[in-house]
Amino acid sequence: MAASADRPRGLRTWLDRLAPPPRDPNATRRPEAGWRVIAAKELGDHVTSVRFLVLLVVIGIAAAVPLYFASARIRELASQITSNESVFLALFTLGPEDFGFLRADTFVGLFAPLLGIAFGFDAVNVERSEGTLPRLVSQPIHRDDVINGKFAAGLAVISLVLVAMVLLVSGFGIIRLGFVPDLSEVLRLGAWVLLTVLYVAFWLAFATLLSVALRRAASSALIGFGVWVLTVLLGSLFLLQLLANLVAPIPDQAFTEEDANAQIRAAQTQNFIKRLSPHTLYTEASRVLLIPIDPVSSGSFTPATIEEAIQAQDPRRYLASRLSIEQSLLLVWPQVVGLVALTTVMFAAAYVVFMRQEIRA
Amino acid sequence: MTASSGDDRPGRGLRSKPLRARRPLGDPPPPPRDARRPQAVAVADDSPAPEVHEPTAAEIGDAVIFARGLTKRYGDFTAVDRLDLAIRPGEVFGLLGPNGAGKTTTVLMLLGLSEPTEGFARVVGLDPAREPIQVKRRVGYLPDAVGFYGGMTGRDNLRYTARLNGLDRLAGDARIEELLRDVRLSEAADRKVETYSRGMRQRLGIADALVKDPTVLILDEPTIAIDPAGVDEILGLLRRLVAEHNLTILLSSHILGQVQSICDRVGFFSAGKIVAQGRLEELRKLAGGGAIAFEVGADGDPDAIESVLSRVPGVTDVAREPGDRPRWVVHSHRDVAAALTGALSAAGHSIDHLRRRGEDLLEIYRNLVPEERDGRVS
Repeated sequence: MAASADRPRGLRTWLDRLAPPPRDPNATRRPEAGWRVIAAKELGDHVTSVRFLVLLVVIGIAAAVPLYFASARIRELASQITSNESVFLALFTLGPEDFGFLRADTFVGLFAPLLGIAFGFDAVNVERSEGTLPRLVSQPIHRDDVINGKFAAGLAVISLVLVAMVLLVSGFGIIRLGFVPDLSEVLRLGAWVLLTVLYVAFWLAFATLLSVALRRAASSALIGFGVWVLTVLLGSLFLLQLLANLVAPIPDQAFTEEDANAQIRAAQTQNFIKRLSPHTLYTEASRVLLIPIDPVSSGSFTPATIEEAIQAQDPRRYLASRLSIEQSLLLVWPQVVGLVALTTVMFAAAYVVFMRQEIRA
Repeated sequence: MTASSGDDRPGRGLRSKPLRARRPLGDPPPPPRDARRPQAVAVADDSPAPEVHEPTAAEIGDAVIFARGLTKRYGDFTAVDRLDLAIRPGEVFGLLGPNGAGKTTTVLMLLGLSEPTEGFARVVGLDPAREPIQVKRRVGYLPDAVGFYGGMTGRDNLRYTARLNGLDRLAGDARIEELLRDVRLSEAADRKVETYSRGMRQRLGIADALVKDPTVLILDEPTIAIDPAGVDEILGLLRRLVAEHNLTILLSSHILGQVQSICDRVGFFSAGKIVAQGRLEELRKLAGGGAIAFEVGADGDPDAIESVLSRVPGVTDVAREPGDRPRWVVHSHRDVAAALTGALSAAGHSIDHLRRRGEDLLEIYRNLVPEERDGRVS
């Protein structure tokens, strides 16, 4: 990246260790692993860049605001506890009563994509505009080492930011509020972080595609931002629902069994359309992972699908009952597969376009 | 394919044989040149393309860089047209021609960074299209308008290259130190590259191309956008490198005068074709067709001078050139320089200018490629 500071010596030495060790101690030439060398350099650039610091501050604020509301309400909840169940995960899922969206998991779903865009939008086009790409690919590396290394570095720095955020919120909960997570909660949180990394990886792959396809970093950033506003912000507000209603309107009345079947089919189509957005997939999976409910005590039915599980989530009830982590993972599996598929398609597109491009500017 | 070692990762066929390169995005090819102007040299242009066979080891011989029928087309536009080339070890070969003649495309094909549409290339005995990694390990490349990571120091930029070449830190640092001294950047090595001047970047680029200890150096426009003193310095550096390391160098340039002093052989490139190649003397002969022209300037009455000049034995024609100071172009079929000076001084004119034309590459080039007189070559 262009705007990287000179790195401190200790960090550089540490980053150098990421690169593969020599196969033969006497040989001065190591076996090729170009992507690891590139990833180590890019990671170093990222963590010393101004953009990293800015994003850390932004993410810190984004974590602190929901935490403020959560910690206020979590005390109320804790006072109502009758069993010895922990309320630790409520740190991430509670918001103020009148502004329900001001909760950590919703915030992450809305704003984490910006992390992916920020660390990917100029991956390749800056190498082009600075004239470093011909020099880079004329080294004995494969051409895809460039894009693989850059993607790996972006993923690493994103994971770093997310893990730091989760640890900060958890630490606050443990030290200031005195809530200690039990094993299943730690596992849930870990699974949620992995899910979030996957979600951001989609946006990173998307931004990488933009950086390959668009010559100018500014247009790449602008388009990335625009797509984020359109699909994540407006999409979650009303756009996706609007689209779903247009494509498959649900009939108002159901007099016959056929009408009822038509309603169900239309609803299924609507769900399918909404789930084309990675944000929908992420939000659904995120809720099931963070808000466990017990199918037995939560009413007369057992959630067989993710919609049922989410509908059954009643904040007053989840303290007393919980779904086991295995069951939660089983429920989110289709969503995870969907996210993996979307990310793979994006990355493959970036990869193919890059491999077919001329090196020459 | 003698040296296909196991270094190319097996089972990753997509990469060892790169996808067919297409036209770069957002970079439409220039319009076909043939439509705008007549073809430079009509050699074999309309004749059917001869069958090009894959070169055998014997045919390649000791050529470090070898091309046969190398062709690159972008749609209808032919960037490089049936290029034949053989560069021997230790030779400095200049690929000369105007911008857009196909020099960079040729270089990219030789490095395996662009796949030829037709024809064959061999670099250090390897096919760059099939074994790009092996080729790139042995070939140092200074790209046209070389770029560095501005936020990193010169030394760190070279370190990155060393790591990409698999050099370990210790060996790499020692080599980098030595190279920085060679290109006289030791002082500036720990400054960020964004503070470097154009000439310093170019010198850093040469050091960068040498980090991998190559056997072949490919330099694309090494003297472009550099002041005359900087050009001398870079050429001096290259001359020293050739002497010390026995490198084979292929360099491309559109500034003919600057590079003629270090090239053993040159090839003139025009509209994707090499229109002539050989040693400077050979080309000179080819361009002049046996005729020699002298530029003469002298004090005195112009008409008197002209009559003196035209009476010198061997002179076939005298033409007066317009300008502030009177100049004459004297044509002949043999070297009449001594006779000209003798005749002029005998007539009492003092000579202030005498120069044999066709001495430098630019004039040879213009003689060979007449339609390039539009000033794109300098």
